Amino acid sequence: MPVVLLVPSVVALLLLLLPVVGLVARAPWDDLGALRDPSVADALRLSAITSTASTIIVVLIGLPLAWLLARVEFRGKKVVRAFVTVPLILPPVVGGVALLTAFGRRGLVGEPLLEVFGVGITFTVYAVVLAQTFVSLPFLVISVEGALRTADRRFDEVAASLGASRWRTFRRVTVPLAAPGLAGGAALAWARALGEFGATITFAGNFQGTTRTTTLEIYGRLQSSDPDVAILLSLVLLGISVLVLVLLRERWTAGALR
Amino acid sequence: MTGLDAHTVLTRGAFSLDARVEAGSGEVVALLGPNGAGKSSLLRALGGLTPLTAGHVRLGDRVLDDPAAGVRVPTADRRVGVVFQDPLLFPHLDVRDNVAFGPRESGASRREARAVATTWLERTDLLELAARRPAQLSGGQRQRVAIVRALAQEPAMLLLDEPTAALDVSVTAAVRTFLRRHLATFDGVTVIVTHDALDALVLADHVVVVDRGRVSQSGPPREVSERPRSPHVASLMGMNLVRDGATFRTFRPQSVTLYPDKPVSSARNVWAGTVTALVPHGDVVRVQVDGDVRLLADVTHAAVADLGLTDGLPVWASVKATDTLVYDA
Repeated sequence: MPVVLLVPSVVALLLLLLPVVGLVARAPWDDLGALRDPSVADALRLSAITSTASTIIVVLIGLPLAWLLARVEFRGKKVVRAFVTVPLILPPVVGGVALLTAFGRRGLVGEPLLEVFGVGITFTVYAVVLAQTFVSLPFLVISVEGALRTADRRFDEVAASLGASRWRTFRRVTVPLAAPGLAGGAALAWARALGEFGATITFAGNFQGTTRTTTLEIYGRLQSSDPDVAILLSLVLLGISVLVLVLLRERWTAGALR
Repeated sequence: MTGLDAHTVLTRGAFSLDARVEAGSGEVVALLGPNGAGKSSLLRALGGLTPLTAGHVRLGDRVLDDPAAGVRVPTADRRVGVVFQDPLLFPHLDVRDNVAFGPRESGASRREARAVATTWLERTDLLELAARRPAQLSGGQRQRVAIVRALAQEPAMLLLDEPTAALDVSVTAAVRTFLRRHLATFDGVTVIVTHDALDALVLADHVVVVDRGRVSQSGPPREVSERPRSPHVASLMGMNLVRDGATFRTFRPQSVTLYPDKPVSSARNVWAGTVTALVPHGDVVRVQVDGDVRLLADVTHAAVADLGLTDGLPVWASVKATDTLVYDA
């Protein structure tokens, strides 16, 4: 084994591993009661609700978009696909600013919405969900589109020959066949929504119980010199991330064995 | 006219297909021809899976395709069953629900559709597989279920795209027999694409030979097999075909005799060539000779030894005039 390859590999591994070790090592294991703080409970509850809600929205609008990209030929498809990936590479804070310019009180859509219906989105729980949906949508679309592309299209043709309309074929054949990709994409989207920080704090603000999600709570605790709660909450999120990873891996291996 | 009347014209890049296919109800038409001849494209066009460039497809009193008039009935509304080379059973549904898929989409309730499926599985001796998932079936079982699934919606036309080609040799015959039995009671039109002569001979009432996008021959299987009009069909039928100006001559490989030197015989029936392949064929050896014409000769193992036949050996081949069938080209 050449040393020039071994040394950088070890450095990379340490870089990935040490922060996790640090979290576990520095956690105040004898003070788990700190998690019972009402503001912490609020943050966890809010995160669970908003990330689940945004995942549901992501599936409802992302699945049809993935189908469109995978199955329908149309002009400007490349541009659409590029737009889908924008939130992936956009700094989340920039995403938050962009959301403000669209849905904020003076935004393109936000202003008429406020004037005509008296509905304001910014600094509400809806803004949290919107920000999470924005950042996690690409994960689902890309994952499902990939699954749809690898599925044998002749299944759709067989369904059509058996009298199924395009919509019935989508429901009865296309989606069930893409189910592993859909589940994987939804899990990734949910994890991304749970970890959302930049776009949320920019677009939705930081109000306990309405927009202060777990990541914002962690940040706030660090700012106010309360690292114990920050570390404990970080461990909770770490645990959830690992769980998602394990579930995804099982799906992957199950898929490979089939 | 209650059958199929189709004139399929397709142009895609350099490939062009222009073929007529007609069939009465209850009839089975085999599309025979080499790979890439356009058989599958023709079948896809009949099923509405590929749009026609020109021509028409009429089935009974319905016009399914007429590009000139802007008519193109979607596949889902054609009442056409399709079976591909691969069974393509829906992996998330069990056998019964696969078979029930068609009846359900034609408007039956879930329960009615299942009942129809059960009846079909009973009739085709597949009932014991009803609760199994496709992954738990053998290749032959899967293809049988795929055939039953296509039939269960009671289509007006059944399209089979090389239904036995992807199967193990050991089950090909069984699936062919299964097809033959259930096509006999099917009163719609059946079109089967194949490059297996046996499929055509066993299953079809009418054979259409497609070559390079055109119909090169059509007729009853017996006529096509006895009087092939292209080297491809002749070789599918295991026959030799020689063209002499305005006539074709066919003869069996076992009628051909090989000699090391030019035999004294009518010059019409003697050809020079070299051995290009030796393949065991039952209790004889099938020798391919390429020269003035390409021939197959069945010779005994003793003859192979006596003549010292190997690849590249120059030989003379001859056939008795009485063993040949001559007809107009």
